[in-house]
Amino acid sequence: MFTDAIDRTRRLLHGLGGPARVALVVLLCFYALALLAPVVAPYAPSQQLDIVALKNQPPSFAHWFGTDRVSRDVLTRTLYGARVSLSVATLAMLVAAVVGTTYGLVAGTLGGAVDTVMMRFLDALLAIPRVLLLIAILALWNPVPLSMLVLLLGLTGWFDVSRLVRAEAMAMREREFVVAARSLGARRGRIMLRHLLPNVLVPVIVTTTLGIGNVIVLEAGLSFIGIGVHEPTASWGTMFQEGTAAFAGTWWAALFPGIAIVVTVLCFNVLGDALRAVLDPRHLPRSRIAAPAATFAAVAE
Amino acid sequence: MNNPLLSVQGLRTYFYTGAGVARAVDDVSFEIGAGETVGLVGESGCGKSVTALSILRLIASPGRIEPGSRMLFEGRDLLALSEEDMRHIRGNRIAMIFQEPMTALNPVFTVGDQIAEVARVHDGASRRDAWNKAVEMLELVGIPAPEERAKEYPHQMSGGMRQRVVIAMALVMKPALVIADEPTTALDVTIQAQIIDLLKDLQQRFGTSILLITHDMGVVAESVSRVIVMYGGEIVEQATVDQLFAKPHHPYTEGLLSAMPRVGHERERLQTIPGTVPPPTSWPSGCRFHDRCPYAWERTRVEHPPLYEVEAGHLSRCHLAQEPERRLQPHTPLVAQS
Amino acid sequence: MRRFVAVRLLHAIVVLFLVTTIAFFLIHLAPGDPFSFENASISSEVRNQWRAQFGYDRPLLEQYVRYLASVAQGKLGYSHSMHVPVVEALALRLPRTLLLMGLALILSFAIGIRLGVFEVRYWSTRKARASNAASLLVYSLPDFWLALMLLLIFGYWLPILPTGGMQDLVLHDYMTPSQAAWDRIKHMVLPLTTLTLLLGAAITRYQRASLLEVLPSDFVRTARAKGVDESRVIRRHALRNALLPMITLAGLALPALIGGALFVERVYSWPGMGLMVFTAIGVRDYPLVLASVIAGAVLVVVGNVLADIGYALADPRVRVH
Repeated sequence: MFTDAIDRTRRLLHGLGGPARVALVVLLCFYALALLAPVVAPYAPSQQLDIVALKNQPPSFAHWFGTDRVSRDVLTRTLYGARVSLSVATLAMLVAAVVGTTYGLVAGTLGGAVDTVMMRFLDALLAIPRVLLLIAILALWNPVPLSMLVLLLGLTGWFDVSRLVRAEAMAMREREFVVAARSLGARRGRIMLRHLLPNVLVPVIVTTTLGIGNVIVLEAGLSFIGIGVHEPTASWGTMFQEGTAAFAGTWWAALFPGIAIVVTVLCFNVLGDALRAVLDPRHLPRSRIAAPAATFAAVAE
Repeated sequence: MNNPLLSVQGLRTYFYTGAGVARAVDDVSFEIGAGETVGLVGESGCGKSVTALSILRLIASPGRIEPGSRMLFEGRDLLALSEEDMRHIRGNRIAMIFQEPMTALNPVFTVGDQIAEVARVHDGASRRDAWNKAVEMLELVGIPAPEERAKEYPHQMSGGMRQRVVIAMALVMKPALVIADEPTTALDVTIQAQIIDLLKDLQQRFGTSILLITHDMGVVAESVSRVIVMYGGEIVEQATVDQLFAKPHHPYTEGLLSAMPRVGHERERLQTIPGTVPPPTSWPSGCRFHDRCPYAWERTRVEHPPLYEVEAGHLSRCHLAQEPERRLQPHTPLVAQS
Repeated sequence: MRRFVAVRLLHAIVVLFLVTTIAFFLIHLAPGDPFSFENASISSEVRNQWRAQFGYDRPLLEQYVRYLASVAQGKLGYSHSMHVPVVEALALRLPRTLLLMGLALILSFAIGIRLGVFEVRYWSTRKARASNAASLLVYSLPDFWLALMLLLIFGYWLPILPTGGMQDLVLHDYMTPSQAAWDRIKHMVLPLTTLTLLLGAAITRYQRASLLEVLPSDFVRTARAKGVDESRVIRRHALRNALLPMITLAGLALPALIGGALFVERVYSWPGMGLMVFTAIGVRDYPLVLASVIAGAVLVVVGNVLADIGYALADPRVRVH
């Protein structure tokens, strides 16, 4: 059942061009660095070294990214910030993938009135601008525990996936082998799980991966205005906010987390482009493109 | 032939793909005279469509027409022309009709618009004149109520009508040569006959030469005067239509004919040619048909046959021309031996 | 056609009703209420009195039904923080945001479509490839990041543009009409540029992709076989088809545009709906927050309906039949 999925994944990776491979490598490095931060970082993240002498030092040999206004090493903080930013985004999209797949499976398999109601509900959710909703909820419930933040980010990002899965489910329903299996007595749910899930695995993974970049930007923005991640946890977004608060003369405190965000998102976009090109576009209804990571990730219908 | 309209000499069109070099058209030479209808026959993958596209220089990367090829049209070498000059020939002196009428027409423009465009591009005609011309052409190809029909969109028409529109588009400038690439394949059988009749009628009226590309021998029998059979990117037989049907020489041609139901020839089963067309990236050695041929012998495996003249005006790329007694010893073709 | 529009409108109303419900419960289920702010000088009796006055002591379901009823009558409640009916507050601030968004939409489509076509037409040239890389880069920039960068560059390092607000706080009222207009324009440049750059990059990329998808089509080959020159083939034959998905895109870009507008207004202190939302949230002005969320949804829904209608009009396959 899964050999087909593995096959497709392998073909997928083969079809990636030069830039996409670079992007993939960069992303893997970032994730690796984030994972190994406690080992790799030169200092401890909240360690305030020599408050007087090392305050606001520009990049130097001892401190590659300089120090911030409370004498913490920026490189270390950036590495630890990666842990937060990347894990929040990845986990959030995991939530989104699970919720979206389930929703789409149910709607697409059951069809009829259930499907209509579920789709209307989805339309309503889609109509509310994501940022607006998140700001409203996060600010009103401030301060929000990190797990809640992840959950909220995920629960506002599953719509693409569910549409994708639903379309597949509906297409599957009509396929001959499904009709044949049903006529032989197999239960609908079982058919769907056995045949649909492996089929839809790869596109879902692709969409989810692209969504991660999206969420990184989102979390950074929310943290930047103070309602995302908060003290004592530090993400790239909070670092960026702190850095810009005291910008004049200490540009490095904001620059490096800023670059980290931009490079990460850029890599996700490049990777996403290549993945989209390799995937069969006729797979998806109405020439629909998986939303790439960015501020303006317009969801193609 | 004296003063042929089109003279193709040694045409080679290769595609440089990741999987290797695909020699889609590999040294093809033929001529078409003024007012002649020539059929170009073969299965999919033998190079017929690529030949047609090459004539109009519509081959895009990763394909290209190899240097050394020559195509003379009305005395000019098409390959030596600038892109701009070539553009003036397309749709104007040489026109092409494609296989799928639904996708060949632009869905967002009216049918009249698309026909009129040809006149505007090549004649510099005004909008009104071009439109009138379009209506005229629609009537010519047998579409009733042409004024109304011209305002319609392709999706509002049936397949047969769309193909008529495509034909109308091709004939606006009264080209000297029309290349019809499988014009009837996508249509119902009854419509097929109508379209072929239309083509014949128009050809008589305007004296246009037609290069009719098809895999359907039945269509060939109906409408052409000369036939060119292609296989493996090459011409394997060339003859008049009478010669071809009465005395086919190349085993491939025989195969095509025996796969075709014919009135008057009693047979219990239609025969198919075993095996499939080989990929253009790796044509078989020697005679390209040898592994599917019921008469193949050692020589055909190693020696690539030239075009032999088996009778006046009848060419065949087959060693049987020199060793005809082999024809008496048919056996199972290589591909069918397992 | 008319049936199509009617169906879409009905659909829109259903969606908006669901949105109102979802938003209402999400917001009212938050801890606290508008009157739980910290201020020792206001006793709890006074607070409870306010709560009763504005109906916050009633059961949630009852509040919901009352809210629905008032919305149906066109009344959206009273804003505690701005001391005016919510409708008035919206009427004041929403148009400013719409101005930004509307201009950004128009500009980014105008630029984006052109650039997308250019990148395809001259795809192998250095300029086109540079443009492609640039649009990818800009597309990947976070909105708040770009807004900040532009502000820093043009507001501080080369102080040629104002650093915030919609007009000069002090002098505007004393300016001549043309000076005032110029002042307004100057203040709009940075926020508008931020939004336009981000959305424009997205549109360039989608237009390019859409065009590349259309180019291998049979009818494009037919056009070339007719002798049409390459420019015309791309601009007329291919583009007319490639533009259709862009119409849908306009509708789908709205939620993101609103989100972007939120951050941009915050960074540039542009006194539109976005900034209002931030302040309203800060003081738990529930009616205002709720109305803003609904307003955002209305924008999105209306935008999508218009886009759908636009598409139906533009595509003959939908329009005729």
